[in-house]
Amino acid sequence: MDITLRINGATCTGSPEARTTLADFLRDDLNLTGTHVGCEHGVCGACTVIVDGRAVRSCLMLAVQAAGSEVTTIEGLAPDGELGTLQQAMWDSHSFQCGFCTPGFVMQATAFLRAHPDAGERQVRAALSGNICRCTGYQSIIDGVLLAAERARQS
Amino acid sequence: MKLPPVDYEAPKTVPEAVELLGEHLDQASVLAGGQSLIPLLALRLAHPVVLIDINGVDGLSGVSATDGWVAIGAMTREYVAEESQTVADAVPLLAAALPMIGHEAIRSRGTIGGSLAHADPAAELPAVALALDAEFVVRSQSGERVIPAADWFEGYLTTSRLPDELLVEVRFPVARRGTGISFQEVARRHGDFAVVGLAASLTLSDGAISDARLAFSGVSDVPVRAVGVEDLLVGERPSADLFDEAARRATEDIDPPADLHGSSDYRKKVAAALVRRGLRAAADNAGERK
Repeated sequence: MDITLRINGATCTGSPEARTTLADFLRDDLNLTGTHVGCEHGVCGACTVIVDGRAVRSCLMLAVQAAGSEVTTIEGLAPDGELGTLQQAMWDSHSFQCGFCTPGFVMQATAFLRAHPDAGERQVRAALSGNICRCTGYQSIIDGVLLAAERARQS
Repeated sequence: MKLPPVDYEAPKTVPEAVELLGEHLDQASVLAGGQSLIPLLALRLAHPVVLIDINGVDGLSGVSATDGWVAIGAMTREYVAEESQTVADAVPLLAAALPMIGHEAIRSRGTIGGSLAHADPAAELPAVALALDAEFVVRSQSGERVIPAADWFEGYLTTSRLPDELLVEVRFPVARRGTGISFQEVARRHGDFAVVGLAASLTLSDGAISDARLAFSGVSDVPVRAVGVEDLLVGERPSADLFDEAARRATEDIDPPADLHGSSDYRKKVAAALVRRGLRAAADNAGERK
């Protein structure tokens, strides 16, 4: 099926099979390999991207369903190579180790902070509870998101 | 795993959708939010020949209040219902359950109709629909019929929807004055399917319980109404002793399955604790809803 959609501000076209997930379309057809594929059935959160302003699992959405949508992937967060507030805060908090889960956490936290700029620790923990990290123990990730929220409020 | 090859149709109207369903019958799966169906495809637990994607169908989304009922279009996303003031005001039990469904990214795509048509017995919405006597509106080429919640859930992931029927709307009765609610669940991790869940609603009139509704998730292959407990409660005044007795009675109404998350006996103990907590919370907030 021929589809046209906006990805990270640019218009993209493709012809995915019906069964192709948005995650595989991004990675295999558009070479946007920053979106990681972990469990491939909606449990791990590594493939989280933002579609029309909401965080979604790109392994649980067909590419053809994204036709006409505005998609933001991890590549869209620092297009000029400068880290954004959230990314810098997570860097400063040593939020990640191996990095496999990183794009999913960053996209989920990006969507969450846009909607809840004043969130506290409990809300952040609940919002990130659908993303799995096997390295950090999560505390440093929570710290990074809270630091980003604090810096955004101060600036 | 990757999804198996599958045909794909994206109807734009309800008549188009039901025509496709009439043509493909049980060879078709209706794709709504996809948060359960796509994993089933990936795990090869579902084998549809064709997906009928109703995301682009006009008129299947939205929340409206009419004449004692709140009607929710089948394609209404869970986050939309979660943010709906109408749902919060008129169907507080549903409003309490919605934030407990999966995780934020799941509720971005997941739909009210999808969850209820999927009918996972451990999910939140089936217990809410059963407790409140919701109504399911299904449409086929031969017309429309309305199915009460008591007749909707037939077995594990199985409803009374026929293969040529499309779930188009679910109606929830507006909570009466003096109604208090609580949705309780015990899960290993926030957002996971509950080991046991409980949807509870109590209506108080002049200090006595005039209506009691309790339904469990996770204790059988369908959501289970705790009829014995409801009968015990009606006519009585809320008290700790009454709720203790209700908790004891609740374990007589259920025979939960055992799995790696808990034995049958453990689930019964959790169910009893949830009845105690749920009734106490519902009785407390019944006073707040005038």
